[in-house]
Amino acid sequence: MLKTFSIGGIHPAENKLSAESAIQVLPIPQMVSIPISQHIGAPATPIVKKGDEVKVGQLIAKSSGFVSANIHSSVSGTVFKVDEIMDASGFRRTSVIINVEGDEWLEHIDRSEELVKEISASKEEIIKRVGDAGIVGLGGATFPAHVKLSVPPGKTAEVLIINAVECEPYLTSDHRIMLEKGDEVLVGTQILMKALEVNKAIIGIENNKPDAIAHLTKLAANYNGIEICPLKTQYPQGGEKQLISATIKREVPSGALPIEVGAVVQNVGTAYAVYEAVQKNKPLIERVATITGKSLKNPSNWMFRIGTPVKDIIEAAGGMPEDTGKIVGGGPMMGKALSSIDVPLTKGSSGLLLLPREETARKATKACIRCGKCVSVCPMGLEPYLLMVCADKKDYERLEKDAVMDCIECGSCSYTCPANRPLLDYIRLGKGKVGQIMRARK
Amino acid sequence: MNTKVLVAPSPHVHSGDSIQKNMYGVVFAMLPALLFSFFYFGLGALVVTLTAVASCYLFEFLIQKYILKTEVTINDGSALITGILLAFNVPSNLPIWIIMIGALVAIGIGKMTFGGLGNNVFNPALVGRVFLLISFPVQMTSWPVSKGLTSGYIDVETGATPLAIIKEGLKNGQSLSSLMDKIPSNMDMFLGNMGGSMGEIAGAALILGLAYMLIRKIITWHIPVAVIGSVAIFTGILHMVNPEAYAGPMFHILTGGLLLGGIFMATDYVTSPMSNKGMIIYGIGIGVLTVVIRVFGAYPEGVSFAILIMNAFVPLINVYVKPKRFGEKRK
Repeated sequence: MLKTFSIGGIHPAENKLSAESAIQVLPIPQMVSIPISQHIGAPATPIVKKGDEVKVGQLIAKSSGFVSANIHSSVSGTVFKVDEIMDASGFRRTSVIINVEGDEWLEHIDRSEELVKEISASKEEIIKRVGDAGIVGLGGATFPAHVKLSVPPGKTAEVLIINAVECEPYLTSDHRIMLEKGDEVLVGTQILMKALEVNKAIIGIENNKPDAIAHLTKLAANYNGIEICPLKTQYPQGGEKQLISATIKREVPSGALPIEVGAVVQNVGTAYAVYEAVQKNKPLIERVATITGKSLKNPSNWMFRIGTPVKDIIEAAGGMPEDTGKIVGGGPMMGKALSSIDVPLTKGSSGLLLLPREETARKATKACIRCGKCVSVCPMGLEPYLLMVCADKKDYERLEKDAVMDCIECGSCSYTCPANRPLLDYIRLGKGKVGQIMRARK
Repeated sequence: MNTKVLVAPSPHVHSGDSIQKNMYGVVFAMLPALLFSFFYFGLGALVVTLTAVASCYLFEFLIQKYILKTEVTINDGSALITGILLAFNVPSNLPIWIIMIGALVAIGIGKMTFGGLGNNVFNPALVGRVFLLISFPVQMTSWPVSKGLTSGYIDVETGATPLAIIKEGLKNGQSLSSLMDKIPSNMDMFLGNMGGSMGEIAGAALILGLAYMLIRKIITWHIPVAVIGSVAIFTGILHMVNPEAYAGPMFHILTGGLLLGGIFMATDYVTSPMSNKGMIIYGIGIGVLTVVIRVFGAYPEGVSFAILIMNAFVPLINVYVKPKRFGEKRK
C-alpha cells in the first residue's frame, strides 16, 4: 500500500493537461512590474528610484526584517517609476516598474548550464546566500526560505522533506522541473541538508507522476541520504502537515511548526532555486509556471521573469479562450481568482488556470442535509458544517474551541458538499475574527 | 479584451455531487428490494408503493406551497425515498386510506414541522410507520402470504412473521427448538421467502443495495456494520447462555426489519450522526435496543423504535463525539 496522510482527503479530477509539455522560456516583456511584497512577512524596502539603471540580478528592494525577502531586478533597463499598482491580490501595492533595455546580467552570476555538484559553501554561508537571493517557498505559500533553514535554539531538525507532491489539479511546473532539472534539484536538496545539518532527505512524489519517480530514483542513487517516497495521489497531500504525516507518520500538533516533530519541508522548486543561488550566484528572478485550462489552445510550462504581466503568458499559450469565466492564479483548489490580466506574475506564481464559465459558476446553495461528507474529507479532522454555522452565528468562542484555527483552507469541504454550501467562505470569515480575538488577548 | 470574469474565493471547482445524486442513488439501491416485493406480493405491493410515493409528493407539495409558502423542493428526491421506505415498512394489503394517513404523518409531522429536509430530528418514514402501527395495530400486523405475481391486494390470506411466531410460542411455554420447525430456513429468509413488511423480507436484495451505496460512496460502512454487528454479538451471547430461550444471531439478522432498518433507515443522512465515531455509537445503540425490545419487550419487532430512540440522541452525540483531530495528542 502506498503511503498517504492520516485523515480525510479527496481525489479531484487531475487534469494535468500540460504534463508532457517541456519548459519553454517566455520572451522578456518590454516592461516589468515587480511588487516589493511577494512573500509572507514584511514588504521589502525599495532601494532604487525613477531613472536608475539596473541590471539582471541587481537588488532593487531590501529585506526589511527577519521574516521578509530581498527583491531583485529580473531584467536590465531603467526604472520607470516606483508606484502603487494592482497586484494579483487585487490590492494596489508598491511595485518597481522597469522599462526593459537589452538583457544585461550582473557579472558574478554563472549562467552556464554546467552542473556544479561540489558544495563548497558552509552552513552559515548557505543560509546567508539563500536569504540574499530572496528565495521564498515556491509551492505557493511564499514563506521566506532562509527562515525555515534557521532552526530555532533548542530544536533539532532530523529530516528534510522535499515537497514534490503537486497535489493541485492542472499544475505541472514541479513535475517538469523534476524531469528536466533532476540533478539540480538533488544538489539543491543536499545543500538544504547541509544547512539543516541533517543526513536524511525524503522527496515525496504522488504516484500520478511515475516518470518523475523513476527519473529521480535513478539519479538519487548518486547522492547520499536522499530517498524518493512515492505517495498515493490524494489532495491536499502538498499541505505541509499532510506531507509530514504521509512521509514520516508524525502529526504536527495544533498550532505548532513542523520542526516540533523534527521535520523541515521545502518545495522541489525551492530546492532548484537554492541550487541556483548557492552554486550559481543567481538570485530568484525567474521561475516556472504552468498555463493551463481545458479550452486553452496550448497548455504548457514556461520559465518567466518575475514581474512579467499575466497576459504575456496567456498570449504565449495561444490566447484567452472565448469561454473563460475565471482566471485563477495557482491551482483550482487553493489558487486566487484574478480580476485583471495586467497584474504581474510573481515569485508565488506556480500556475495560471483559465476555467470555462460553466465549470466555475457556483450552483445554488441548498439546506445542509447533514450527510457528514465534509467531516469525513477534512484532512484536519474538523467539522466544517459546524464551523460554518458558528461563523454565521458569530459564536467565536465555540469556533475557537472547535479548532477553527487548525483549518488549512484546502477547500475539500466546499468541493465535496452536495448542497453546494460555501463552507470555506464562512470558515475563513470565522478564522479572521478568531485570529483577531486571539491576538488581542495576548 | 473585454471578457467579464468571476472573482470568488477558492476552491474554484466542485465535485459535481448534489443532493439529488445522493437521493436518487439511494432510490436506485432500493430497487432490488422493491422489485422483489412486486414479484413476491404482486398487485398489492404495487398499489401500496404507488399510493405511498404519490401521497408523499402530494403532501410535501401542498404543505410547502400553501402552508409554509416556501420554495417547493419535491424534486430533491427525498419525498420519493420517504414514500418508498414507508411502503417498505407496511404489509402489502394495507388499505389506501391508511397509507395516505401514514404519508401525511411522515411528511407533515415527521419532516415539515421541523423545517423540511435537513432539519428533521426523526426519520420521517419511521414516524409515519410507528404512527400507523400504534393507531392501526390489526391492519399493520396482518401479513399477506405470498402467491407470487398473481397475489391480489386486499383479499389475501394472511400469516405471521417469524419473529411473531417465536415471540408467541415462547410466551406460551413452547421450546425454541420446537418452534424452529415452524419458521422458514435461514436460506429462505435470506432470499425473502417469509412473511413480513413489503421491503424487509429479502435480505439478499437489501444487501445488494448496501453494496451499491458503499461503492458509490453514498454512505459509509459504519452504521450498517455497527447495527448488524451489535445485534449479532448481543444475540450471540444470549444464545450461548441459553439456546432454548434465545434464538441465534442469524435468525435475528435475517428476520424483521433489521437489514432494512440498518441499511436504509438508520443511515438516513439527516437523522444520523456526522462523525464516524458518532455513527458507530449510534449504530450500536440501535442494535442493542432492537434486541432488548425483541427479546424482553412487548413487541415482537423493535427496529423502528430503536432507530427513533437513537435519532433523538443524535444531536447529543454530535456535541460530545468529535472526530479525531489532526495532531491531537492520543490519550
